Amino acid sequence: MKLSPSAWVGFVMLAVYVIVGVLGPIIAPYDLARTHVELAHQFEASSAAHWLGTDASGRDTLSQLLWGARSALELSAIVVAISSVIGLGLGTIAGWFGGWVDELVMRLVDILMAFPGILLNIAIVATVAHPGVGLTIGALCANGWVGYARVARGQVLALRERDYVTAAVALGASNRRVMRRHLIPNLMGPAMVQMSFGLGAVIIVEASLSFLGIGPQVDYTWGAMLDQARNFLWNTSWVRVYAVVPGLAITWVVLGANLLGDGLRDRLDPRQRGKR
Amino acid sequence: MSIGGFLLRRLGLGALAILGVSILTFWFLHLVPGDPVDHLAGGDAPPGVRLKIEHCMGLDRPPIRQFLTFLGHVVDGTLGNQCRNGDPSGPTVADRVLEVMPNTLWLALCGMLVAVVLALPLGVVAAIRRGTWVDTLATTLSLSGISIPQMMFAPLLILWGFITLGWFPGPTEVGPLAIVLPAIGVGTHLMAMLARMTRSSMVEVLGDDYVRTARAKGLAERRVLFVHALRNALLPVITVAGLQFGSLLSGAIIIENVFSRPGLGATLVDAIKERNYPVVQGAVLVIAAIYVLVNMAVDLAYGLADPRIRRA
Repeated sequence: MKLSPSAWVGFVMLAVYVIVGVLGPIIAPYDLARTHVELAHQFEASSAAHWLGTDASGRDTLSQLLWGARSALELSAIVVAISSVIGLGLGTIAGWFGGWVDELVMRLVDILMAFPGILLNIAIVATVAHPGVGLTIGALCANGWVGYARVARGQVLALRERDYVTAAVALGASNRRVMRRHLIPNLMGPAMVQMSFGLGAVIIVEASLSFLGIGPQVDYTWGAMLDQARNFLWNTSWVRVYAVVPGLAITWVVLGANLLGDGLRDRLDPRQRGKR
Repeated sequence: MSIGGFLLRRLGLGALAILGVSILTFWFLHLVPGDPVDHLAGGDAPPGVRLKIEHCMGLDRPPIRQFLTFLGHVVDGTLGNQCRNGDPSGPTVADRVLEVMPNTLWLALCGMLVAVVLALPLGVVAAIRRGTWVDTLATTLSLSGISIPQMMFAPLLILWGFITLGWFPGPTEVGPLAIVLPAIGVGTHLMAMLARMTRSSMVEVLGDDYVRTARAKGLAERRVLFVHALRNALLPVITVAGLQFGSLLSGAIIIENVFSRPGLGATLVDAIKERNYPVVQGAVLVIAAIYVLVNMAVDLAYGLADPRIRRA
């Protein structure tokens, strides 16, 4: 596929994120599950033993970053997968059948859009004292599907007027067949744009939850690292590395996702193409 | 459809959405394990105090009655009682919302100002120099505005403006300058979307006939750009800004958290954490209402400003 250079940059950035996320815990210099808290080594500067220094408990920053990549990747991949399947499915059904089905789905979308997303996520996550990964995923999917549903519905409303769809219906194709063979394959393009932007959003929201202390209770997340760092800003200068590095990791993923999303959208929308 | 009909339909749908949010919240709060009384009274409170709080929150009544009571409090404008120590004549939820609302409003206004001041030049320059390195630079700058997480940026603002330079007040401090750092934090984030909107809208307008006419008339380029093009390009930008303002009023949670500013978002997060049902329910309602009303106002203003849309 022909993509703009900036879209390729975004693609490569996301590829790096996926590779680091998969390999992270394996290539991490320290097994964090086995390291002990050593206050004597608190906030050490960069050294051969700790490339990016250490945190408030004397643990290796680089290792935490790599473990954080794994948890971010797992969570974002699952959330994007679940929300896109639910959203695309509901949106396609709403757009194809119209009538009360459409009305029902769109009113639900209205309700979820009448409220800032992150507050809903917080409300769900805060229901238990120590949210697990499952609850966090559920919270992010609870309103994550809305964007996909809107995209799918809009596409289906346009597609249903196309000749090949009319022809399929005239030939007696069932609703299921039309949706599976003709509608869904043709809305995958815009869906991918939404997935790309969605990925960036998931990373930010998950990190925000961890930052507020209500994130998933897994060992290391970038948001939790940022949360820890801000309490020590007054400390030595090497704290600042700890305060910046996880933020740069988040920036990397979100920037990559936005660049790729922009590029895909420009590619799909010919009206926008000349304007880049 | 006439303006009146349009308004009525939007108001109806908006009210429906707000009611939906309220029902969802209510249902949700009751689904949640954990006793709100434990959080408010503390685990070892005497039974008398517990009973008082329970009664004040209406937890001793059936759920349907509880919800109807809440709706009643929406109508009488108090949004119910905070029930901090079970005193039914104590401060109401509306009191609490009104107390934090000025902070939220002030932050939203100042943040918006920072965003507009940054975004307009970036977007206009990128559009005029489209396809050159200036465009790439401006676009990258605005894109990084959304990509850099506020969780990193806000603490760095404190580090830079308060600890290192010492020019601005730090978290929890008050004074006229205390708004500067939080406003920069909020503004840089909003700037990105506004700048992109300005750019694409400006690019579109610059290709329009009336811009060519203006140039053909021999008008100065500056006049063409700022009087003819920018004024028309601003319409969609104002829409986006309006929508963003709506979401800002519901609270910039991260910024409020980092700078320890009491605002609507922070109030809701605190209330959720301490399971204060009345406050959660009330704050959610206010936020949803603001959201719906601002969206509607933006749609309406857009239609009024551009007659082409009204006709469509």
